[in-house]
Amino acid sequence: MRAAALTAGLLAGLLLAWLLLAGFLLVGFLLVAARADAQTLVGYTVEGDAIGAPLTGAPGDAARGAGLVADRTLSLCVLCHSGLEAPAHMQGNLAPSLAGIGARLSEGQIRLRIVNMKALNPESIMPAYGGSSPGARVANAWRGKPILSGEEIEDIVAYLSSLKG
Amino acid sequence: MRPRPRAPAVIAALLSIPALLAVSGAVALEQGDRRSGIAFASPQTQAMQADDTANPGMLWVMDGAQLWRRPDGAAGKACQECHGDAAQSMKGVAPRYPDFDAGLGRPVDLSGRINLCRVRHQRAAPLAHEGSEMLALTAFVAFQSRGLPMAPAADARLAPFRAEGRRLFEQRMGQLDLSCANCHDDHWSARLGGSPVTQAQPNAYPLYRLEWQALGSLQRRMRNCMAGVRAEPFAYDAADYIDLELYLAARAAGLPMETPGVRP
Ligand code: HEC
Ligand code: HEC
Repeated sequence: MRAAALTAGLLAGLLLAWLLLAGFLLVGFLLVAARADAQTLVGYTVEGDAIGAPLTGAPGDAARGAGLVADRTLSLCVLCHSGLEAPAHMQGNLAPSLAGIGARLSEGQIRLRIVNMKALNPESIMPAYGGSSPGARVANAWRGKPILSGEEIEDIVAYLSSLKG
Repeated sequence: MRPRPRAPAVIAALLSIPALLAVSGAVALEQGDRRSGIAFASPQTQAMQADDTANPGMLWVMDGAQLWRRPDGAAGKACQECHGDAAQSMKGVAPRYPDFDAGLGRPVDLSGRINLCRVRHQRAAPLAHEGSEMLALTAFVAFQSRGLPMAPAADARLAPFRAEGRRLFEQRMGQLDLSCANCHDDHWSARLGGSPVTQAQPNAYPLYRLEWQALGSLQRRMRNCMAGVRAEPFAYDAADYIDLELYLAARAAGLPMETPGVRP
């Protein structure tokens, strides 16, 4: 899990270097690690219960994020969470309200929860939007892809961080 | 002819009690917690299901009544020629399904049974799973049991298939990585967006969905849920669906049959 705490590029570089240096057993171990990580399409570093650094170079756009969290087919946030800018009767209650979340959690904490809530709670029903841990039989259209892009996640982080109370 | 001794019947009845307990014990949803999907629907939808003159599913039931009497296949026989009056011969059949078919060596659901009858007895081509004729016939047969409690078959040969159904029900699927149980066992009293989650009970199928503007099967509903979590649905009639239906039936034991149901 925490081995994923490297950027994809760094990991590829390390793999190459290690493969050249390592013995046979080590090669086998690395192949397993590489396969597990192939699902994580967003590169990031976890520190404690947060991802401190943004996933992209450009800062997120809170207005775009507000639109994204209310999208019932792309982000699906509103299907489970309430406390968002969407008609009340369209908001689900399978998950805690996100009202005031920006006052309770730091930007980095929010980012990790969206990228991979299962790093904190392996039993969570919240999908890992950064692309890790998909289930069985992923449909063709979605196979090998993260649910949201790094840009989209940053937009949502910016929006949720602005919900102060 | 000498009267047959009663003992075997008594023994069979006694043997079936633990089997029945095994069926209902092997599920995650306690008997007292079970709620039909209609309990979660709006008063308007409930009224539409309850009133046969307003329930659109009754059109399929009436079509099914005609198909029941229509000779078909190389044998030129109608269902009725073998089974007689459906109100009697089909009463209690649907609540027991899926049931084991010795010829196939595995369970079949009601539509699978109807197709076996077509092939084996009518010598007719099987009907397409979601075709209007299959939906009409399954609705008509299940309608004969409306009001009877779901009573899954206690045949011990079904146990491994039911267990596989449970495994599938509890397996996380699709890009969203959710199992049926995540929603239907653990959050059935919650809302997903604007929709009640419900317990995924099979007791009103096939049923009319306003969203579909049509009658649809339990498998169609399961396909919808699989597509919803962005998983590749199984093909119609796949063994996986039958296994799932078996598990659902055990989970629904005791609920009244409501075919044809109505859902939003
Ligand atoms: C299928 C349900 C589901 C979906 C969809 C979902 N979440 Fe969650 N989320 C949860 C649950 C359940 C929790 C509670 C934590 C846990 O599961 O351990 C949670 C927790 C969170 C938290 C932490 C809340 C707190 O008070 O600590 C944040 C932030 C969050 N979700 C954001 C999002 C965003 C943003 C999206 C969409 C991009 C989203 N969630 C989509 C189920 C969901
Ligand atoms: C030529 C005789 C014959 C015809 C025609 C026939 N069936 Fe059957 N049906 C049977 C027999 C025999 C069984 C017992 C299982 C078997 O042999 O496959 C059966 C079983 C069934 C069952 C399950 C009953 C139970 O108690 O398990 C259903 C439901 C059913 N048939 C419906 C139909 C329908 C609907 C049609 C027409 C589309 C039809 N059958 C046509 C002979 C027939």
